Amino acid sequence: MQALVIAAHGSHLNPDASDPTYAHADTVRETGAFDEVREAFWKEEPHFREVIRTLESDEVFVVPLFISEGYFTEQVIPRELRLEEWDPDKWDSDGTSASQVTLEAEDVGKTIHYCGPVGTHDAMTDVIVQRAESVTEDPNVGDGFGLAVVGHGTERNENSAKAIEYHTERIREMDRFDEAKALFMDEEPEVDDVTDYFETEDIVVVPLFIADGYHTQEDIPEDMGLTEDYRLGWEVPADVDGHRIWYAGAVGTEGLMADVILERAADAGADIGDAVAAVREELSLETGADLEPSAEPGD
Amino acid sequence: MTTAPNHVEALLEAVDDGGAVAFDGLRIERAEDGYALETPDEEWTGLDADDLADALEPLSDYVTNWRYWQRAVGGEGTARRAFLRWCERAPLADVDGDDGDAETGAHPSVDEPLSVPERYAALREGLDREWGQLCLTARLVDDADDDPAGERVYDLWHVDDADSDLTQLEVYDDPRDAREISTYDEDGRYRPLKTAPTLPSGWAFTGLSGGELVETVEFFYPATVANWHRELRGTLDVDHWSETAERQTGIYDVLDEMPREAVEWMAEACCVDSQCLRRREWEFDEDEALDVDGGDGPFPCREPCSLVVAAARKWTILESEDEHTYELELTTSEYNQLAELIDAVAEGRTDEIREADVNDGANRFRARYLRAKRFDEEGDLEARRVDD
Repeated sequence: MQALVIAAHGSHLNPDASDPTYAHADTVRETGAFDEVREAFWKEEPHFREVIRTLESDEVFVVPLFISEGYFTEQVIPRELRLEEWDPDKWDSDGTSASQVTLEAEDVGKTIHYCGPVGTHDAMTDVIVQRAESVTEDPNVGDGFGLAVVGHGTERNENSAKAIEYHTERIREMDRFDEAKALFMDEEPEVDDVTDYFETEDIVVVPLFIADGYHTQEDIPEDMGLTEDYRLGWEVPADVDGHRIWYAGAVGTEGLMADVILERAADAGADIGDAVAAVREELSLETGADLEPSAEPGD
Repeated sequence: MTTAPNHVEALLEAVDDGGAVAFDGLRIERAEDGYALETPDEEWTGLDADDLADALEPLSDYVTNWRYWQRAVGGEGTARRAFLRWCERAPLADVDGDDGDAETGAHPSVDEPLSVPERYAALREGLDREWGQLCLTARLVDDADDDPAGERVYDLWHVDDADSDLTQLEVYDDPRDAREISTYDEDGRYRPLKTAPTLPSGWAFTGLSGGELVETVEFFYPATVANWHRELRGTLDVDHWSETAERQTGIYDVLDEMPREAVEWMAEACCVDSQCLRRREWEFDEDEALDVDGGDGPFPCREPCSLVVAAARKWTILESEDEHTYELELTTSEYNQLAELIDAVAEGRTDEIREADVNDGANRFRARYLRAKRFDEEGDLEARRVDD
């Protein structure tokens, strides 16, 4: 038997924070690829601390629903899962290349395949592009459009920016959008000045966040000038300084995220059969978009 | 009820494969002089295969019981199986698994087990159990046309709804719906602590399979089945306060500086029956118990939860402040009113205080009057610090 654990942050204050986790877990459940699928949280229940013992499977694939490698993926999750042999060096990562490491969870005697976060997987690039398609309702969006990938950015963790820049570069290499830029909330170049960075009239703005919340629903829309007050809402697209801003909200709420979770587990050796194809099929029926993978699993 | 022949066949195959089957009081053994068959009430020896099949005919409850547990449920040694056995008061001896000698009979959740005929009589009526604020009912499937004889299904609702008619409840059959139900309390407020005694009523899950029941219970009360099972087996691992505090990092790194007596106040504030259905099993450390009682909750709490950790960080920071002496003008009644206000908020009683009950110091208009009289223009309580 094999189990999937999706490890996310959750919130003590905001019940919506866990919505994307539940939604993607349900999508994976419906593929039937895993005998057990479980959500686990730092701030909700089941806590990271308790989740592995609720599983009957001996092989457990843990996929962190986080954007970047850093404090949570390198310290908190492995410690709370009691992965005693864990050492960040075992990921042998440059900050965006963590794939997986196999360890024992000491309290339960199960084999844990601890995967890199969803946010740095190559398939995440597709999700960002898919997000641009969803918000513009145009499966061919690109020509005449600029794409801004927005991250939090922080002085405390250089990997936070690396994940954003990594996908931005990959999107640039696709040559699909006229321009692609990485922008940040807390460091230069800042999302406040989004229109300064683009020649194109149309700009799709995709925040690389897992859940919609304070940053994606209050800070960023106000900082970009989409609205004076987030409570009044904003238009999509919204006119700002002669540009049309297509603001997408958190990328983590995109249905295709379930695909990235599956890819992470597959890279770690999970037998997922044709689950990825099933997810893409399901989503293309829902959205009418053509979801051809741009990267093979394991790229 | 008659036993479908294929159940008997499957049972006989199991006997032939293993030489014997012994389960819940039924024992069949293949000996040199033929089969031996035994129940707590009767025994036969020297049966040939046809005689054995005939002898099993009136023992259909034992046969379908064997099929349900050994074929449909399976999972020997798992928490899921132990929990489903507990639901119908079946003997829990096999929860010991490989670990051997746990004293499962001593656990407060465990009643005297029922024999197979007793269980079947109860299951035909529906056998109720309580799990926190959940009422679980195990019953035999009414219509045996589609389901194998002896198949169990499970219903689940709030203990407050145990006597309600199903037509008055919102009926669900997908375990995942439990996530939504348990997210908010009766007043629509978010419940970050799943074991808070604030689960709303008015819903029912019906006709769940055993696997679905466990899944649903896990969405309402995550990890409670696994930790109950460990406690039953005597293998519950407890992380005490000091271990939990010391392993914290980042913004929670300060936790191990929380004053010893503040840990007591915190346990008294958070880890009591009125606030959480878990029974605190963690202490200050392995050698030093907290003075505060751990409560009588049904679920073992094996380490400080994330809410306690988050609150402890706040209290650690607050406790680092120095104390001062303040001087303020209050009448005796106003002084007493401050105590009433704190008590009403701490007990979550403010919503119950009637609009016009001006005898209660925590009445909203009494509080507004006190504010109008004793707060200054900046909205602060008028007081002077007198120790500097």
